Amino acid sequence: MSLVRAESLSKIYDAGGVAVQAIRDISFTIEPSALVAFVGPSGSGKTTLLNMVGTLDPPSGGKLWVVDTDVSTLSRRHAAEFRGEHLGFVFQDFNLIPVLSAAENVEYPLLMVQNRPAAERRQRVQDILEAVGITELADKRPDQLSGGQKQRVAVARALVTNPKLVLADEPTANLDSATAHRVIDLMRAMRDQFGTTFIFSTHDPRVMAEAELTFTLTDGALTQETSQAGAHHG
Amino acid sequence: MANVFRIAARNLWRYQRRTVLTTLLIALGILAVLLFVGVAGSFKHLMVGQITDSMLGQLQVHRKGYVASIDNLPLNLNMTAAQVQRLDAVLKATPQVQAWSPRIKFGALFSNFTETTNIRLVGVDSEAEARTVPLLRGRLLEGPKEGPLLAPGQLLVPELLARGMKVKVGDTVVLVATNQEGSVNGQTFVVGGIVESAVGPGGRDGYITLQDARTLLRLPQPEVSEVAIRLRSLDDMRPAYASLSVALGKLVNAQGQPIFEVHTWEALSPFVNIARMIDLLNVFIQVMLIGIVLISIMNVMMMAVFERVREIGTMAAIGTQPVRILWLFVTEGLLLGLLGTAVGTVISLAALWGLNLAKLTFAFGMQDKLVLAPTIAAGDVLFISALAVAAAVLASLQPALRASRMDPIKALHHV
Repeated sequence: MSLVRAESLSKIYDAGGVAVQAIRDISFTIEPSALVAFVGPSGSGKTTLLNMVGTLDPPSGGKLWVVDTDVSTLSRRHAAEFRGEHLGFVFQDFNLIPVLSAAENVEYPLLMVQNRPAAERRQRVQDILEAVGITELADKRPDQLSGGQKQRVAVARALVTNPKLVLADEPTANLDSATAHRVIDLMRAMRDQFGTTFIFSTHDPRVMAEAELTFTLTDGALTQETSQAGAHHG
Repeated sequence: MANVFRIAARNLWRYQRRTVLTTLLIALGILAVLLFVGVAGSFKHLMVGQITDSMLGQLQVHRKGYVASIDNLPLNLNMTAAQVQRLDAVLKATPQVQAWSPRIKFGALFSNFTETTNIRLVGVDSEAEARTVPLLRGRLLEGPKEGPLLAPGQLLVPELLARGMKVKVGDTVVLVATNQEGSVNGQTFVVGGIVESAVGPGGRDGYITLQDARTLLRLPQPEVSEVAIRLRSLDDMRPAYASLSVALGKLVNAQGQPIFEVHTWEALSPFVNIARMIDLLNVFIQVMLIGIVLISIMNVMMMAVFERVREIGTMAAIGTQPVRILWLFVTEGLLLGLLGTAVGTVISLAALWGLNLAKLTFAFGMQDKLVLAPTIAAGDVLFISALAVAAAVLASLQPALRASRMDPIKALHHV
């Protein structure tokens, strides 16, 4: 069973009365436990596609199934519920909550989204911090962390709810080359450990090479699929 | 919910200067309101106490129709001895009533043998009057500091009259009065004391004994113009008034009309208008407090939302329900309101305590050196605090709604 399936997906934005087609008739499938990259230059539609898969933006046309759910027509509340239950997010700017420590940032989805009991929260936060190797940073606030450390915390936050799918929009854009590779390595390790599917967008050729399946987008259209394992063009 | 409070508190701590300034603004509003309510309330209670405990009593009973003509002091509307007996029985059976004093009120001519002027007189039973209006003795500028207020043949002269007519304690004066039949009678009295003037009706009256009044007016029966009533507590006034109105309403004359009428001090004294104005000012200043809290909290919360757009986008993106985001911002407003209210209340109570220690005095009307002793009821503090906190929550609703309705994509890309 595919984890993500898109059929003739399209997205049209209204830019001041002018219709702009951001995604054009895209179809693909992604199998579970894959490490996938959406690549392409700026404005190619990577982020729009990622937002649609992440139920942040509904498609204008076509069908999109994520974790066996037709997410094309989810209401705002149900989309939030779906994200909280099945998805994790990693952002380019890390987007950690500044008033919370690293551990509290990781705990946040369990507390504010899934409303898990305290004992379970503590255990899961401890486990995931250990898994991403930042136990010693648990009490640090985001402003006390380096870029790489922040992104590790962000990965831990994305994984703490045991999501089926983690979406990362340009997760390495604000990191130096060595740190960027370490973050991708971490994603791969987490995929191996937890079986989570990672989809990230990037325009960095060094990072693209790390993905097992690469979808190349040009002007909103899917122009190339490079597969090493685990996925195929629909 | 505790976690929402924790995160909200940390967000407030993040913007310390803004939080402190907003807290101080709310505290200032609370301080202004509580001080005003405390000082104005105490002034009102002091004046009400002066009026009821030195002149009017808290309730008065007259024969039906008397109050409508009270400025004329009509002797033909006095209560008869039999009616007074029936009234006494009702008053004895009313548990809130502590004491009552029968009075005869009439106008007379006052002469010091060289000059003559008019005077309003109250004939009283010295002991009953002292029990019913215990502060009357406090108004005696000269005269008996203890024992009976009046002895037969004595007159307590109002201060202004004594000064104008140049009479002092021990002087002999003449009172001339016209009775119900229109015949005139005169009698000499010795000045037994000088009574300080006070605000309101009866504040410039002279006093003689009830028996002397009856003799001067040549009343064949022990008639009474009014009965002043002291209650065990001023808080009993409404229930006592209601209870007496019902009980006395049952006492009717041969025509089936009620014999008596009951009035509270409020219906008899113009000071009630000042008291109402104080109450109105209380409401007005509370409305201003709500305005201060609404504007300051709304301003701060709007800024908080605009500054944290990306953070809100992140929360929404990772699946936080809009209602939780709404609660987070409402909680921040609530905490700001609670903090400002707590600080303001502590400062206000300390200020009221300081004012009590300072024992400031003030003058009102003819009365001087009234000690300002502001107090505030716990209920008032709670009500005003609740008002401020409710205003804080209300003010944070709009920014919180705005935050909860943000499109996560736009919020995440906000610069």
